[in-house]
Amino acid sequence: MPGAPGPGRPRTAELERIRRGLRRRAVVARRRVRRVARRSASRAVHAWRSSLQVRIGAITMVVAGTVVIIVSLVLFSQIRDQLLGVKRQAAVDQAQAGVLYAQDEITGIATGDASSVRATLDRTVNALLQRGGAAGDFDVVMTYRSGGREVPGASRAFIYQALPEDLRADVDAGNQSYRYDEIPDAVGEPRASLVVGGPVQGDTAGTEEIELYYVFPLTQEAESLSLIRNTVVISGLALTLFVVGIGVLVTRLVVDPVRRAAGTAQRLAEGQLEERMTVRGEDDLARLATSFNAMADSLQRQITQLEGLSQLQQRFTSDVSHELRTPLTTVQMAADVLHEARGDFPVHVARSAELLKGELDRFEGLLTDLLEISRYDAGAAELDAEPTDLGALVARVAAGMYSLAERHGCELGVDRPEEDVIAEVDARRVERVLRNLVGNAIEHGAGRPVEITLAANRSAAAVTVRDHGVGLSSADAQHVFDRFWRADPSRVRSVGGSGLGLSISLEDARLHGGWLQVWGQPGAGAQFRLTLPLTAGGDLTSSPLPLRPMVIRRQGAPS
Amino acid sequence: MNGSDQRRMGPVPPTAPQNGPSRGRVLVVDDDAALAEMLGIVLRREGYEPAFVSDGNRALGVFQQTRPDLVLLDLMLPGRNGLQICQDIRTQSTVPIVMLTAKGDTIDVVQGLEAGADDYVTKPFKPVELVARVRAQLRRGETGQAESLAIGDVQIDVPAHQVTRDGVPVALTPLEFDLLVALARKPRQVFTRELLLEQVWGYRHAADTRLVNVHVQRLRAKIEKDPEKPEVVLTVRGVGYKAGPP
Repeated sequence: MPGAPGPGRPRTAELERIRRGLRRRAVVARRRVRRVARRSASRAVHAWRSSLQVRIGAITMVVAGTVVIIVSLVLFSQIRDQLLGVKRQAAVDQAQAGVLYAQDEITGIATGDASSVRATLDRTVNALLQRGGAAGDFDVVMTYRSGGREVPGASRAFIYQALPEDLRADVDAGNQSYRYDEIPDAVGEPRASLVVGGPVQGDTAGTEEIELYYVFPLTQEAESLSLIRNTVVISGLALTLFVVGIGVLVTRLVVDPVRRAAGTAQRLAEGQLEERMTVRGEDDLARLATSFNAMADSLQRQITQLEGLSQLQQRFTSDVSHELRTPLTTVQMAADVLHEARGDFPVHVARSAELLKGELDRFEGLLTDLLEISRYDAGAAELDAEPTDLGALVARVAAGMYSLAERHGCELGVDRPEEDVIAEVDARRVERVLRNLVGNAIEHGAGRPVEITLAANRSAAAVTVRDHGVGLSSADAQHVFDRFWRADPSRVRSVGGSGLGLSISLEDARLHGGWLQVWGQPGAGAQFRLTLPLTAGGDLTSSPLPLRPMVIRRQGAPS
Repeated sequence: MNGSDQRRMGPVPPTAPQNGPSRGRVLVVDDDAALAEMLGIVLRREGYEPAFVSDGNRALGVFQQTRPDLVLLDLMLPGRNGLQICQDIRTQSTVPIVMLTAKGDTIDVVQGLEAGADDYVTKPFKPVELVARVRAQLRRGETGQAESLAIGDVQIDVPAHQVTRDGVPVALTPLEFDLLVALARKPRQVFTRELLLEQVWGYRHAADTRLVNVHVQRLRAKIEKDPEKPEVVLTVRGVGYKAGPP
C-alpha cells in the first residue's frame, strides 16, 4: 500500500485518506460494473427483440439443455444402480460364505481366555482374507462381545472404529445388513466403501455375540462412475451445442431470405418500384419471392396508372382552363363594351347588359375556384414561399376590404404586433385565404364589428378573423370547409362566392403545412384561425392565438 | 378570388375619340379569331392602332413589318409558341411585351417573364385591366428630366436611357430600366414589392409579386458582377428591395 504509515502511531489522516480513496475507487468500480451490466442487459434485450435468430437460438438452447440434463441424470443413475447392484450382490454372497466359514472356525471360542479369543479372531480374519472372493479387494472385521466387553479382530487399522453405528445396531438385532459409507483406507484417507455385516452363530447360545463385517472399497466403481459422468456431461454439452447450431443454421436459412424480402420491401416503399426479389428453386421461400414480386408488379402498375391519371387530370385541368378562358375573355370583353354603352340602349336592353356583366363575373369566379380546387385535387399546386411580412399583408387585406365592410355597415378592426412578423409563406395564397375569411366574416357579421388579429411566437404565426354575427353551430362548423356547403341555403349572398372559397382556403393552409380551424357558437359569432409555420416546411405544435375567443364580447354593438 | 371588387360597376374610364391620332401601334399575336377581333375593338376604342397575326410562325415577320410600340402575346399558339416568339422578339427589340395567359400557375407565368415578357394578363380579363397594362407599358420612357444616377459602379443616364457599368454599356429593356431608376432615385428607401408594382408596372391593386421577383432577377443577371451576391439591387428580407450604396 503506498504511503504506509511509519512505525509507531499510525497517522490517522493518512489512513483516512487511503480509506477514502479506496472507497471512492470501489464506488467508481461498482458504478462501472453496474453501467456495463445495464448496457449489456439492454443490448441483450434488444437482440432478443430484434433478431429471430437469437430468439430461436436461445429457446433451442434452453429446451435442448433441459432434455439433455434429464436424460443424463436418468442414464447416470441407472448405470450407477446397476454397477453398485452387481457389486453388492457379490459382496453379500461373499459375506454369507464368510459367516458360514467363521462359524466353523470359532467353535469353542468361549472356552478360551481373552488372548485366545483374540488369537482365534485374528486367525479367522486372516483365513477369510486368504479365501478371497468374487467381489474384489476387501477387508474383514470380526468382533467378539461377551458380557459387555468387546474384542475386535481386524485385517487393517482404522476400520473397526469407522463401522457405521446404524449397521452395527442392525447386526446386533440379528440381521445381515449393508451400508455405503466413508471408511478410512490404509493411510487413513476416507474412501467410499460398501460395508456388509452379519452375526456369526456361535455353538453355545449365551451372552457372547460374534459379528463379522466385510468392507469393500468402491474405488474402482467410483472411478468408473466418474468416467461415465464426464462422458455424459461432455456428450450432453456437445449435443446441446449441436442442436443449437442446427437451430441457428435452419433459422438462418429461413431468416436470410425473409431479411432480403424485408430489405426489398423497404426499398420498394421508398419508391424504387423496379426492385424485385430473386426467385430460386421451388420451395416456400421461392413462393414468397414469387408472390412478393407479383405484389410489387401490381403495385407498380397501379402507381404508374395513378401517376398517369394524375398527369391526365393535370393536363385536362390545364386544357379546360385554356379552352374555357379564351372564349370567356371574349364574352366578358363584349359584355363590358355593351355595359359601358348601356346608356344608349332602351331600358330592358340596358338592364340585360347589366345582368350579363354581373353573372359573367360570377361565372368567372366560379370557374377560377373550380380550376383552383381541381389543381389541388390533381396534386399540381405548388408552394411559392418566400419571406413575407404578415403584418403588412394583413393590413393590405384589410385595406382591400374596407369598401365591402362599409357597404355592410361593419367596422373592420386590425390588431397586430408592433414588430414585423416575417414568415416564409406564399403571399398570394395567404392573401387569398385572408380575403376570403374577412369577406365571409363581413358577409355573415350582421353589421357588427369584424376583428382581425395577428400574433406570432417563435415557430408559428396566426391570424384570427372574428365576427359577431349569427354564429355557427358545432354541426355547421364540421361542414364549413365542405365544397358547396352553405350554412343557410335560403340566405342571400352578396359576396359572389362560389361555395369553394373555404375549401380552397383549407387546401392553401395545408399546402403551407398550416392549420385552418373554426370556432362558432350560435348567436355569439364565429372565429376562423389560420396558423402557419414561420419557416416553410416547419412543423406546427401550437398556435400563438386561441381558437376560442377569450371573452365573448358585447353582442349588440351599434353598427 | 370571389370577384367581389370587380362586380362594382365603377365609372367608365375616359375613352379617347375613336378617330383621333393614334396613341400607338399594338401587335396582337393570338390564334383565337373572336378574341383577336374583340381585342381590336377595345384597343381601337382606346385610340390604339391594332395589327394582328394568328400564326406563331409568321409572328416575327409581321413584327418586323409593323414595328409596333407594344406586343400583346398569347402564350398558346399553333406553330411557334408564345415563349419562343417572346425570345425571338427580345433578340431584336426591347419593345414592351404583355403576355395573355390562360394559366395562372407560377411556373407558366415565371417562364413567360423569364422569356422576356414585361407584364402579363391572366384570362379572363376585363377591358379596363388590359388597357391599364397597355397604357402603363407605353408610358414608359416618356418622363425623364436631365438627371444622372449611380448605384455602386453602375451609372444611369436617365434621359438617354443608358446604363453603364465601369463604363461598359448594359442593354436593359425599358421595364428593367424603370425598375433600376425607381430604386436609384430613392437610395435610402426600401421598396416593397407592392410599391414597385405600383410605381414601375402601374398597378393600383397589388396583383402579383412574382412579376417583381422575376424582373429583379433578370436585372441582377445583367448588372450585377455576381448575381448570387448582389451589390446593386439588395434584398431586404421579408420586406422587399433597395438600391445598394452609391
